[in-house]
Parts: sequence; C-alpha cells; structure tokens
Amino acid sequence: MRKKQSESLPTLSRAPTGIDGLDEITGGGLPAGRPTLVCGSAGCGKTMLAMEFLVRGATRYGEPGVFMMFEENAAELTANVRSLGFDLDTLAGENQIVLDYVHIDRSEIEETGDYDLEGLFIRLGHAVDAIGAKRVVLDSVEALFAGIQNHAVLRAELRRLFRWLKARGLTAIITGEKGEGAAITRYGLEEYVADCVIILDQRIRDQICTRRLRVLKYRGTAHGMNEYPFLIGAHGFSVLPITSLQLDHEVSSQRVATGIPRLDTMLGGQGVFRGSSVLVSGSAGTGKSSIAAKMVETACRRGERALYFAYEESTAQIVRNMRSVDIDLDPWVKKGLLQIHSSRPTLQGLEQHLVVMHDLVRAFRPAVVAVDPISNLTMAQDDAQVKPTLMRLIDFLKKEQITAVFTSLTEGGDATTTPEESQVGVSSLMDTWLLLRNVEFTGERNRTIYVLKSRGMAHSNQVREFVLSDKGIDLVDVYLGGDRVLTGSARVSQEMQELATATLRGQDHDRKLRHLASRRRAIEAQIAALQAEVEAETEEVHFVIAQETLQVNTTHQNTDAMAQKRGGAVRPPGGSKAKR
Amino acid sequence: MKKRAAPRTDIQAMEAAVAARANAHYVLRLYVTGTTSRSGRAVANIRKICEDHLEGRYDLEVVDITQHPTLAEGEQIIAAPTLIKKLPLPLRRFIGDMSQTERILIGLDLRDAEANPSTTGKH
Repeated sequence: MRKKQSESLPTLSRAPTGIDGLDEITGGGLPAGRPTLVCGSAGCGKTMLAMEFLVRGATRYGEPGVFMMFEENAAELTANVRSLGFDLDTLAGENQIVLDYVHIDRSEIEETGDYDLEGLFIRLGHAVDAIGAKRVVLDSVEALFAGIQNHAVLRAELRRLFRWLKARGLTAIITGEKGEGAAITRYGLEEYVADCVIILDQRIRDQICTRRLRVLKYRGTAHGMNEYPFLIGAHGFSVLPITSLQLDHEVSSQRVATGIPRLDTMLGGQGVFRGSSVLVSGSAGTGKSSIAAKMVETACRRGERALYFAYEESTAQIVRNMRSVDIDLDPWVKKGLLQIHSSRPTLQGLEQHLVVMHDLVRAFRPAVVAVDPISNLTMAQDDAQVKPTLMRLIDFLKKEQITAVFTSLTEGGDATTTPEESQVGVSSLMDTWLLLRNVEFTGERNRTIYVLKSRGMAHSNQVREFVLSDKGIDLVDVYLGGDRVLTGSARVSQEMQELATATLRGQDHDRKLRHLASRRRAIEAQIAALQAEVEAETEEVHFVIAQETLQVNTTHQNTDAMAQKRGGAVRPPGGSKAKR
Repeated sequence: MKKRAAPRTDIQAMEAAVAARANAHYVLRLYVTGTTSRSGRAVANIRKICEDHLEGRYDLEVVDITQHPTLAEGEQIIAAPTLIKKLPLPLRRFIGDMSQTERILIGLDLRDAEANPSTTGKH
C-alpha cells in the first residue's frame, strides 16, 4: 500500500497529445484534467495543434472531445483539417467528437442589464455529457471579448469557466492570440490558465518560413525549455525535439554492400553497417550521385525498397544519366522497389522538406534512403538551424534502421579546400564519410576517393582512383611515387614506364650474369694452366735434385776407389771404424 | 421633376413602413437559466414591456435552457438571460435582465414609432 502511494505521488498525470515530439518535450503530454493555454500569432497553427490533440485523444486514447470554436464554423473547420487526414464528420457520427460553433455578432447584440455566460456553460456541459468527453478545446475564446462589451463580466465568467473545466476534470486547450509586446496573449488569458502555457511562433528568415514551439510554463514538472521547430504536414502536427531525443536507438551489426566491390573492401571488406549514415562529399562532378545511385540500385538488387530524394535533377534525368554509368534504375522503379522523389530545394523551408521526407519514409518503409544532395537543402539557412534539423532526420532514419546516403557538395571545388570546413556541421553525425576529390595533373582531371572515417570498422587509409565508365563504377589503385599521387593517364604512363624499366633492368641482370659466367670459365681455365705449370716445375725440381744426389754418390765412390788403388794411408771409411 | 418626385415617394414609403411596424406582430423568445433571481427579473421586466407597448400583438415564449440545452446551441445562446426578437426582421438579441427598458424599446423599434421623429433626438 505504502509503495503504491509513493509511486503515484511524484508525477502529475498526463494526457498524451499524440502529437509527434510534443509528448517527448512535455514528458508525456499535457496536464490531465487541467487547461492548457496555446498562444501565438495568426496562422501559426494553434487550431491545428488543438484539433490534433482532440482527434488523437478520440482515436488513440479513447478520450472523446468537444471542440468549441468561436471563429470559423464547423463546416469550414472540417474542410480545413481534412488536409491533415482528419475526418471530423465520421468522428462526429461516431460520437467521438462534438463540434460546436459559437457565433457572436456584435451588431445584433444589445446589452440590457445584468447577465452572465451561463448559456456557454450549458452548451459546453451538454456537449461534454452527450459523448462523455474527456477533452475540450476552446478556439479561440478571445472572440468573446469582441462580442461582449462588459469585460468585467466576461473576465469573471472566464475565470469561472476554467474553474469549471478543472472541476469536471477535463483536459482542455484554450487558444489565444499573441499579445502586443511582452504580453503573452492579447486579453491576458494567461492570468486564468496557469498550469501549462505553450507558445507557437512563426518567423520568416531569408524568405523562408519556419515555425517554432516553446513550452513557456508547465507547472509542477520538468519540461524542455528550448524552442523546437514544428511542422504541419500531411499527417498532422510534428514537433522536432532536439535535446529530448535519447541516443538509444538499436544498432545492427549486419553489413550491407555498397555495390562497388573495391569500396566494400576499403570499408573493412563488407561495406557499411545497416542503419548507418554515409556522407559522400566532394566538389562538383566528382561522382557523388553515382555512388548514391549505386547504393540504391544495390539495395533494390537485394530486393529491398529504396527511396531517392533528388534536389538537383528530375526523376527522368537521373534515370537517363545513371544509365551512362551502367546503373539502370528504371526496372526497379517499375517494380515498385524504388521511389525517386524530385523537388526543388527552394520550394519550401528545410523543416517542410523534412516533413515530406518523414511522410514518404513512413509510407514507403525503405531500407535505404539517399538524399542527393543534402547541401542544397540547407541553402539560405544558417548552420545553427540546419544542424539540429538534419540531426533529427539522421536520428529518425537511424531509429528506423534505414541505411542513409547523403551527398554533399563541397564549395570551392579544388583539392586545396579543406573538406572538413564545408560540411554544414553534419559530418560529426555521420558514421561513414567518403571524400571524393578531383586531382588535376598533366592536363586532365581525375577522381579520387578515400574513406575519411568509418565508425566501427577497420577501413583503408588509401587513396583510390575512382573510375566512372560505361561499365560502371570501379576503384583503381593510384600510383604513389615520390611525393605525388598519379591518376588517370599519368598513372597509366607511369605504369608503362615502370614496366619498361623493369624489363630493361631484367635484361641487364641477365647480361651481367652471363658475363660473370664467362669470366668464371676464363679464370678457371687460367687456374688449370697454372696448376699444370706448377706440376711441371715440381717435376723438374725433383729431377734435378735426384740427378745431383746421384752425382754426389758417384764422386764419393770414385774417391774411395782411387785411395785403395794408391794404398798407404787410406782414410777409412765411416764403416771400417765401426768394424774395429 | 424626377428629383422632387423621388423624396416624396420615399417619405411615403417610410410612413407606410412605420405604420406597418406599428401594427407588426412581434415574436419574442426569452432564454433563461433555471429559476435564478436574474431569470425571474428578466421574465418580469420583459412581460411588463410587452404589456405596456405591444399589447395584443406579441408572442413571448420563455425557454429554460437548462432543460433544453440543444436549443441553446441552435439559437447561439451564450449569455443568459437572452431575448431574441425573431419577428419582425431583422433578428435582434438582447442580453441582460431586461432592466434597461429604454434600450429594449429602441432595439425593438418601438421608441421611434411612438415618439415624434423630431423629438427622438432630444431624448
């Protein structure tokens, strides 16, 4: 029991609005059973927000609602919100929604003494009771100020109305026109509605209109304080929260091939991760679109759906041009696997483009999305605005596990521009960044590609030449020699030169070896001759020695024989002494 | 000739209209909320005005919108009490407890009909 109490105590109960992003900012929705003031200037979307709150309440959360309007009648409102896909006639028929148009014509009203606004209370009460409404919208109650002269009575009655709404436990939206200067609303409605105040704002910058939403006040709760861009698209209201978005999307370790085998090799051998985002940047004509188209085509080949947003070329033009590099998109378009969505970037503001993208992605559910180029989308907007908006898009695609390819045109064109400077600050959001560059050398321009970064994989640090031909896209090793990188025909000629040099060198070696062999043979012959000579000399010496020894012996014998013959003192020979 | 003739016919038309109005039948509807003192005051006040100025040529219906809330919607009732002059046209609304008799008489086009046109300005 105690535990239950402590759990229920801390948080205020919320009534989810069902509006994308708004529930995230407010931590779950508007304060349940209390009135919320939505204010802003004319045409900034107050009615749309209120209407979506009511319709979502009825269709998603089982909370029927009453829409009391003071400015346009039910038929007009029904027609207006049909463009958002809300069918009020059906909802009214199902008793999910009651539309009550309160018409006040100042010219036909005469005030004759004391009165109150009980009529309004009775109407509202009756409508609420009729369908068991949990939600109420008053749009815009300020019209009463124009219709009723006695503002003292009106203010007292409004105070009573908001108390009444609270007492009935109705979650209400009261809209109000933005006031002059610092005033939140023209008639100070914020005085009565103190629980939650949401401000809508519409501003034009560089001729492009953007809308912003801010939660000024949300009593008793933590809420996002920032201004958030919001959009009104074909599926209703959409707020783009930036900071509230958690970085907790699931990641896939599955890899998808880019369709360019050698590029896959550079990317750790298997291509990019599914659901990752790839930035392909480079100056004009470096082949960014071709890479994007190839990735899209490869996805289609795998049987996956792909969506191609083109902001430079028309669909037919893309199909024709890509055929020149052996990428045939047409069959996939016909098969329904590929959708090409072409539009002019200046057609609408960035936010509006993003809404279109969201809607198309949601409807088509592709596995791969290409945006070509993202840099065009950001024209005429400063970076401070662009980055969070693009971040939202990238996060959205990641959350949906969609592999995204963004191309980005690098201003400046030549290779001397630092690529890091010109990437509208989105490069840090990208998982893989391929950089394409033009290299101009010896009278021709060639394309090179390298992987500047690729998160979570061992990727090549090599520059490769990027070759577009009618056989498709291929990557070729560049010639790296000395201090320079050679590409194109310079590379080819360098390669030929190398080949020639190598052949020559080989021949030279052979010659040297042959020479050595013959030298060896000559020397060996010489050695043999000398050896023969030595042998001959040795023999000679032995002969002479033998001859001389013989002579000496012969002489001794002759002397002894002479001495014997003469008699007398014969000198005994060595041997005779021994005999004695 | 034509110019002189025109005003005369206009005056005649106006006189005819005034005469018609003087005999017009009034259809009035008073919307009140329950039996509050304000409702009671309004009913009493309007009854008196009708008896004093429209005797024999009016229909007054008093509707309690707490009992008939759908009527409040149909008749665009916001304030209570509200008196609606349905006939003669144009349609007019009076809100309040009907205590300002003079304003009601003007609004019902009864003040002009009774008073001399030249003296209405002085009132």
